[in-house]
Amino acid sequence: MIPFLKNAIISGTPLLFAILGAMYNEKAGNLNLGVEGMMLMGAAAGFQVALLTKNPVLALLAAMVFGALGALIYAFLTVTLRANQSVTGLALTIFGTGLSRFWGQRLMGTILPDAFIRHFRPISMPFLSRIPVIGPVLSVFLEQDLFVYLSYLAVILSGIYLYHTRYGLNLRAVGENTAAADASGINVTLYKYVHILIGGALCGLGGAYLSLVYVPSWQDNITSGRGWIAIALVIFTSWNPYRAFWGAFLFGGLDIVGFRIQTLNLPIAINQHFLKMLPYLATILVIIIGAIRKSTGHMPPKDLGNPYFREER
Amino acid sequence: MQIVKREGTSVKQLIIIRLIAIIAAVIVSGVFIVFLGYDPVKVYSNMISGALGSRIRFRSTLLEMVPLVITSLGILVAFKMKFWNIGGEGQILMGAFAATYIALFVDWIPKYLVLPVMFIVGFLAGGIWGLIPAFFKAKFGANETIMTLMLNYIAVQWITYLQYGPWRDPELKGFAKIANFPDHALLPKVMGIHIGFYISLILVAVLTWFLRKTKRGFEIAVVGESVSTARYAGMDISRIIMSTMLLSGGLCGITGVVQAAGVTKTLTMNVSSGYGFTAVITTYLSGLSAPRVLVVSFLFAILLQGGSYIQSALQIPQAAAEVLQGMILFCALGSEFFTRYKVRFARKNSVSSEVKQS
Repeated sequence: MIPFLKNAIISGTPLLFAILGAMYNEKAGNLNLGVEGMMLMGAAAGFQVALLTKNPVLALLAAMVFGALGALIYAFLTVTLRANQSVTGLALTIFGTGLSRFWGQRLMGTILPDAFIRHFRPISMPFLSRIPVIGPVLSVFLEQDLFVYLSYLAVILSGIYLYHTRYGLNLRAVGENTAAADASGINVTLYKYVHILIGGALCGLGGAYLSLVYVPSWQDNITSGRGWIAIALVIFTSWNPYRAFWGAFLFGGLDIVGFRIQTLNLPIAINQHFLKMLPYLATILVIIIGAIRKSTGHMPPKDLGNPYFREER
Repeated sequence: MQIVKREGTSVKQLIIIRLIAIIAAVIVSGVFIVFLGYDPVKVYSNMISGALGSRIRFRSTLLEMVPLVITSLGILVAFKMKFWNIGGEGQILMGAFAATYIALFVDWIPKYLVLPVMFIVGFLAGGIWGLIPAFFKAKFGANETIMTLMLNYIAVQWITYLQYGPWRDPELKGFAKIANFPDHALLPKVMGIHIGFYISLILVAVLTWFLRKTKRGFEIAVVGESVSTARYAGMDISRIIMSTMLLSGGLCGITGVVQAAGVTKTLTMNVSSGYGFTAVITTYLSGLSAPRVLVVSFLFAILLQGGSYIQSALQIPQAAAEVLQGMILFCALGSEFFTRYKVRFARKNSVSSEVKQS
């Protein structure tokens, strides 16, 4: 069970970054359907730089920059030019998918050198082995690679930022009631831009985890819908970074449960293609449950999806 | 700098703004092509000659246009209602799946009825695939964008399961493929082009009439404009959402039938190959007008056909066409702004600002 849970954390990591990224967008009042596109851009850029430089820091930076570049297009169109958020997000996904496929053609089948992969070997926390009983349980979370630890850091920092800093408070005000935030002197445009870009950078990291650590070779459409699952999980985890962690863990588990079941030699064989449907079916379920729950207090930011134009207030 | 809302936009202004958007997309993509180390003029001219340069190429472009037109019509009715159906891919696959079942595994239907029955079940299967998210949207307000998309992935797994499992052609050893359709289940050709092309033209006419002249078409537009207006007018919104998505998914299902029976000649993943997403762009660019879907789809067929031509002629990956599509959509989205607002670089003492202040 412990190895399974460990792997659930790993396969949930790209989701976790993407959920956080989508969450920042939505906290700023923008529903960004381009998560999948930004993840793919980050995945391709990170992979290319990893191949060229073998430097993990540069690879992650490249992934963040390309995720943020995608987000910049989205921010310019929806915030400055007030374009329709849904269509712009879709356009970003189409663009990002195309770009990563185009670029990926020359990366196809390439495998990252060991010199690079070495940087992302699991690192165990030294005190773990000395703790009885709960030591193995903790090792699920604390015997992971550096990239996974980075995702924990992103969760904690997001939590502190959103709930314990002035900027976080302002950001939430922008998403809840844009007009009121504007009236109280918050620079709405700046807040939207900054957080859409941060969101894009996080999505880029999510994609990079797939191409750099999880797979780690180049495949076409390497995200296979995880960006969309993440958008659904933002709702499921009610725009809360700590809950996002558990949501990603749960769906990471669902993603690999297929392999797990196949190794169990169950008396009834379940076809692998049906098992692969599980995360998508679960996402639909999550969306429906989320919609039913909406009436009971788990509300999205109130101004989510509403374009804001001061002159039309 | 000052941004002012336009009082209304003339058709001429609209056309000019759209043209500027397309030119901007061509230029931006040109820069991208240069960045990749190719000559944009050569790439563009190759794309055009690859799509229109000979009778055969022109015919392939028309064939490429068929799935775009039919799928766009399906997406269009949903978008009219502000229901963001991006599940075209799945709906196409499910339509093709149902038609394939009739073509390969039902032998009691008279041969001349096989094709009509394929179209009917294809429409229904695609429609049901569209009805599922519509039901949950209508009942609970669940987000349709993500649901329709998730259903794409489920459809893909379902078709893969059939292809590698129960429907695998046993006569082909070592190669997982579903058997080809018998002749009576293939679309006949008229003037060298399968009848799917003519069907798509008829569908454009029917949809134009439906959306402009019928009560139901009007209701769809009202629900799209404002749900509260529709409710106030006493419309049954749930029923409108569900029946419209049955139609939307059904049209996508028809695309699946046409592609399976006219192009791939069996059920494969290539039946959809991205039409569900490209149709989102074509539909949006058409400004949700059925006749204009025809024009935009033709232009995009040139883009797709040209894209696959430059892959063989210049060894530029076909995905370049996808990037170009994204760029065009970005530019079009950006240009919307200028159809709604005017940017004025007004001097402090200019007459217009004085008039405005007084």
